[in-house]
Amino acid sequence: MGLFALLTIMGSCKNGPQNETKDSGQGESTVASGYDKGQAFIEDDESTPNVLQIALESPDHTTLVAAVQAAKLENVLVNAGPLMVFAPTNAAFDALPEGTVEDLLKPENKDALANILKYHVTPGNYSKDFLMNFKKLGQANDQNVAVEVKDNEVYIGGAKIVASISAGNGIVHVVDKVILPPTQ
Amino acid sequence: MKIYNRLIMTLGTALLLVSCGQQNKSSNGALSSSAAEKVYVAPGEQDEFYAFMSGGYSGNLTVYGLPSGRMFKEIPVFSQFPTSGYGYSEETKPMLNTSHGFVPWDDSHHPDISQTNGELDGRWIFINGNNTPRIARISLSTFETEEIIEVPNSAGNHSSSFITENTEYVVAGTRFSVPIPQRDMPINEYKSNFKGSLSFISVDPEHGHMDIKFQLMMPGFNYDLSHPGRGKSHGWFFFTTYNTEEAHTLQEVNASQNDKDFIAAVNWKKIEEYVNNGGGTKMPANYAHNLYDESTHTATTTMKKEVLTVDPLKVPGAVYFLPTPKSPHGCDVDPSGQYIIGNGKLSADLTVHSFDKMIAAIEGEKFDGEAYGIPILKFEDVLAGQVKSGGLGPLHTEFDGEGNAYTTFFISSEVVKWKLGTWEVIDRKPTYYSVGHLMIPGGNSRKPFGKYVVALNKITKDRYLPTGPEMEHSAQIYDISGEKMELIYDFPTHGEPHYAAGIPAEILAPKSKKIYRLDENKHPYAVLSPTESKVVREGNEVHVYMSTIRSHFTPDNIEGIKVGDKVYFHITNHEQDFDVPHGFAMIGQNTSELLVMPGQTKTSVWEPKQVGVWPFYCTDFCSALHQEMQGYVRVSPANSNVELNWSLGE
Repeated sequence: MGLFALLTIMGSCKNGPQNETKDSGQGESTVASGYDKGQAFIEDDESTPNVLQIALESPDHTTLVAAVQAAKLENVLVNAGPLMVFAPTNAAFDALPEGTVEDLLKPENKDALANILKYHVTPGNYSKDFLMNFKKLGQANDQNVAVEVKDNEVYIGGAKIVASISAGNGIVHVVDKVILPPTQ
Repeated sequence: MKIYNRLIMTLGTALLLVSCGQQNKSSNGALSSSAAEKVYVAPGEQDEFYAFMSGGYSGNLTVYGLPSGRMFKEIPVFSQFPTSGYGYSEETKPMLNTSHGFVPWDDSHHPDISQTNGELDGRWIFINGNNTPRIARISLSTFETEEIIEVPNSAGNHSSSFITENTEYVVAGTRFSVPIPQRDMPINEYKSNFKGSLSFISVDPEHGHMDIKFQLMMPGFNYDLSHPGRGKSHGWFFFTTYNTEEAHTLQEVNASQNDKDFIAAVNWKKIEEYVNNGGGTKMPANYAHNLYDESTHTATTTMKKEVLTVDPLKVPGAVYFLPTPKSPHGCDVDPSGQYIIGNGKLSADLTVHSFDKMIAAIEGEKFDGEAYGIPILKFEDVLAGQVKSGGLGPLHTEFDGEGNAYTTFFISSEVVKWKLGTWEVIDRKPTYYSVGHLMIPGGNSRKPFGKYVVALNKITKDRYLPTGPEMEHSAQIYDISGEKMELIYDFPTHGEPHYAAGIPAEILAPKSKKIYRLDENKHPYAVLSPTESKVVREGNEVHVYMSTIRSHFTPDNIEGIKVGDKVYFHITNHEQDFDVPHGFAMIGQNTSELLVMPGQTKTSVWEPKQVGVWPFYCTDFCSALHQEMQGYVRVSPANSNVELNWSLGE
């Protein structure tokens, strides 16, 4: 079901501007508590959606979007990049021990949340196939994450890539687990 | 846990409205409307600082006023410039000669102003051409490019053109390593075969003339940026490296495999001594040295055939590697010379090395292996501290002279202010958008003028009215005189400023040249009095010795020119009055117009192809009778016997 929704989005991304006009209007206006400045808030319905817009449009990533907003990382995700985002689904967040997500979304845990989210971001833009060339990736929080290939599937820090969507500033790989950074 | 976008949207919009109101209120403090007043330079008043910004792909250097952000001039450096005729006039064409022939463009990157005792002296500004490696020197009294030297054995001349604290050297490091000497070889044999050259170009203290003193032949890494030591670290130079993996393809992956690259610390004083005592190896080379002579108003090219190279292993104690995380970009040294900052562009943190600890580690021979025989110091032994900024993608750090540092973060699009020594973050402000480098006047010296910082943003998006897909980049100026930075203005910049240098106007303005003295004009084709004007035929070359004064050319009628001739118009501007140039353009000319400054001589070539009577005119609105400032050339068939004749008022 979730995957189906994603594929629909993927289709709509490729359909060009007219299809996105009303959608991106909605996405742009999603403002978290007055933190409303920066590239994330520019109206632009002509360009290919960026990684943030893709997440915003996905019904399967509402938890991730809420987390990005709580950590105030919107502007980072719309940068020139290139950025590769490993986007855990709502189900992946739901699989965490009970209360984990609620805790992380508390304002006092903003830095810990940002650290986890940045562990899901690589400066780069590689397809799933191309990722098979890597043993590890250097993530935006300054830690490395392992890349493994099993049965022709790619796992990033143990999370399986289940779908991939090209973005204007990089690529979103949907993953089935939240990738937790090793404690330093 | 579900959050509904629409709800957030409504809520967010409401918050947005509220917060806008609040913001206006909160900035209306005791100094209401202060931001506007801070950048306002009233008519007739002048800016406090000159800022020189590289033009990037324009190949030139632009001059702005701070705090107003007004652009005063584009100085042509590596690119032909029809506005003045630079690179089109016969006198300035040699400036763009290289070993590859005439190269009418480059990618200009990192301007740096000359210094004496570590402080800006305002004599010259240097800038590197990145693509066809060259270093230019520009006079800060005429704001004209006076010299360009090509850098052999270099490719992607990027860790350049930074100067030592007495302008002993302007330093030019290669970004791309290449075979040295160049030769036909397989690309995949890059590793351990390619070399990276770091060139130390001496600067004559009186005239500024440049000469390559030596080239240090380093391992085949990419040398990204560099800065001189100063104060206690004077005599050293620091270069950031990346691709220490020595990858030759898909660098975006393969050059990011090592957790740490290096900052190369080069003791140039030691190498200078070695070279002065006859050390080094002379190597055949071929590179252009183009020098403009202000008295003849003419540039000449000399092809140089030899360069002195130094193998770092032959000078023990001259070169060390300081491990630095994650492909560092900017390599910055604080005003005291104690701290060397590596801005790891794929990192979140800044790495600060200590010069004292580096010296102690060298003396204690605490090495952590070597790379191609060059000792690697232990990271922990040289580390002064790390700035845990929370930002992403640090690129470049400048200093205010008050113990604070300011670093740009590209990915998180912000400027972060932090304290040297304690490494604590004091303030952070967003930039609009995606800031590359930043500039505090004097920021690369012992004495910065920490009043403003200018952020050079790569992305403009919605900051100005849209002008189609291509837009000028956006610069932003922050007042940094207080504890917190205050964004006070946006202004567009021309080309792509990769870097900038700034200086107080009071250092430059008094020595700015206003005219060239006609009685000092030594141009071989100058006419110092209108009575000397003449037209001379030498075979099919015709030389027109012409003068200009408001509002006529002498001569203004010329007959006896033939199809197939090559006509040189040598034009001397007889004005001796500030800001009265004359221009010259001839119909159908396969080149640009010329702009001739008072007292100057410039030459324009015309090869007439069609019989007729063809006009020329002054292109600069020089006077009330500017529209009358014109003349005619009669062009006869190649076999005609119309005699050469010239006149004015006959």
